[in-house]
Amino acid sequence: MVGEKKWYIKLITFLLLAVGTIFSGFPVLWMFLNSFKPNSEIFAWPPVWISDNFTLNAYAQILSDPEKIRFFINSYFVAFIVVILTLFVSILASYSFSRFNYPGKKIINTLIISVQAVPPITLLIPYLSLVVALNLYNSYGALILTYLLFTLPYAILMMTGYFNTLSKELDEAVMIDGGSRFRALWTVLVPVAVPGIVSVGMYTFMLAWNEYLFALALTKTTEFRTVPVGINLLMGQHAYEWNQMMAMSILGSIPVLLLFLFFQKYFIAGMTSGSIKS
Amino acid sequence: MTYQNVNRGRSKKRSGYLKKKTEPYLYLLPTVILMVVLLVVPIYMVIQYSFFDNVIINDNPVFVGFQNFQELLTNESFWVAVKNTLIFVGGSVIAHMIIGITFAMVLNTKYIGPKLKAMFRVIFSLPWMFTAAVIAVLWKMLLNPNGFINFLLVELNLSSTNLEWLASRDLALFSVTMINIWAGYPLFMISILAGLQGIQSQLYESSAIDGANHIKNFFYITLPQLKPILISLILLDFVWTIQQFALIWMTTGGGPIDATEILSTFIYKQGFSEYQYAMASTSAVILLIICTIVAIFYVRHQRGQE
Repeated sequence: MVGEKKWYIKLITFLLLAVGTIFSGFPVLWMFLNSFKPNSEIFAWPPVWISDNFTLNAYAQILSDPEKIRFFINSYFVAFIVVILTLFVSILASYSFSRFNYPGKKIINTLIISVQAVPPITLLIPYLSLVVALNLYNSYGALILTYLLFTLPYAILMMTGYFNTLSKELDEAVMIDGGSRFRALWTVLVPVAVPGIVSVGMYTFMLAWNEYLFALALTKTTEFRTVPVGINLLMGQHAYEWNQMMAMSILGSIPVLLLFLFFQKYFIAGMTSGSIKS
Repeated sequence: MTYQNVNRGRSKKRSGYLKKKTEPYLYLLPTVILMVVLLVVPIYMVIQYSFFDNVIINDNPVFVGFQNFQELLTNESFWVAVKNTLIFVGGSVIAHMIIGITFAMVLNTKYIGPKLKAMFRVIFSLPWMFTAAVIAVLWKMLLNPNGFINFLLVELNLSSTNLEWLASRDLALFSVTMINIWAGYPLFMISILAGLQGIQSQLYESSAIDGANHIKNFFYITLPQLKPILISLILLDFVWTIQQFALIWMTTGGGPIDATEILSTFIYKQGFSEYQYAMASTSAVILLIICTIVAIFYVRHQRGQE
């Protein structure tokens, strides 16, 4: 392997790079190109790459429809609140896990980790009863509350790991000056933990932004529906406006795409946190 | 403790001790309350529902013991869903692993520079960045009878007719599995890439001295070194794929007829289109049991690595 240059290994590598690029990139490229075509050319045979009738119509139609704008506002709002709540609750819990030793710690920790194995669909029917009982059916509250269950375990796991890397002397310095632990956490630890918090926040945003099942089942009117449900509603709403579906898909993917491109390292840390032990 | 404590009275010391004992629990309180409301209570409820008849619709449901389970296990549609789930999950996990290892090794190559490598890593990760709704409409378009995939197949003389990828009973399960494979391999790829970068180069150097070739290296060094990560990934992917709902719901809805019905779509339909909440809960409990067993293996495996 070392220093050895075998032409066929090189050839296979470049071939696979090409295959992988087409496999992963072409569907995305096709979505992008189709969002600029008139609907009649989507299934043209042979396919049209860049239409002579290049148009931004699909985007204009999505962005001028108050109902679709509402989906975007809902998605941003729900994801934003979920991020804030997740960060607050997970910072407190992670502080407890990272700085104290006490009976029951392991059991609670295992319970939190075990959430990852619970299929959302098994909770859907009890959630429906609970949400109706709490008078939250078809509201932001139903989505925000239920999303917390799936964002918190990752957030607590990642934050605890991050706090563990920070020296205990940091918070002890505040306490020697007569400050409480609570103050030490928020005035000293949290500012130092910003990279970890950003990473947790982004991953939480993505989970909330992408969620489909609860958004579908726990809301009923377009007033509270989110982008994933909105994209699916476009299918069959009129006679399949493919160009609009593609435009809305692009618009709905932009937040996560931007987060990924600018914060790749943090992102990958979040998504692979289950499989890799550091 | 600080010198200030010396001057404090006994009662203050006592309350300080109490405070110290309860403090870690106070920080955990919001988490614990949320976990009880959102996890413990709902799981208790769904298990309870599975032993009653006519839950939710009826104010006074009747306790029926294991009757729901008996009924479900003799229901043919349930077994169709189980069979489809096994094919969907098995196909997805195996393909995710093969594609993940292949792409990770390609991205780990020394033939291209770090900048190009970073670019290819982003391109290869693309499917990761799209939500299930987007992936569903995108592939419905590509797999449309008049869509691009059929165009390619006909042009290359691989098919003489326009195939109904998602609407034919013979092809639909294959198609949704392919879509799920496309959507899910980047997790394997990125995790395995991290694993590959963690393998010490001395291992390969000493095997080069022994005259080992690439294929031998792969089977005697790379695979054994990746084993812990691969096992974690397989177990995680199993749990995630078995609960996949959004992709299938938005591409085929479990159809045509029951060709792509998997456990999650079966549960959803039992509950939300047939209002058989007891039946839906019973199938949900079975799914939960399967996932719990796999999760126990996963936790044991993770502990074993420590």
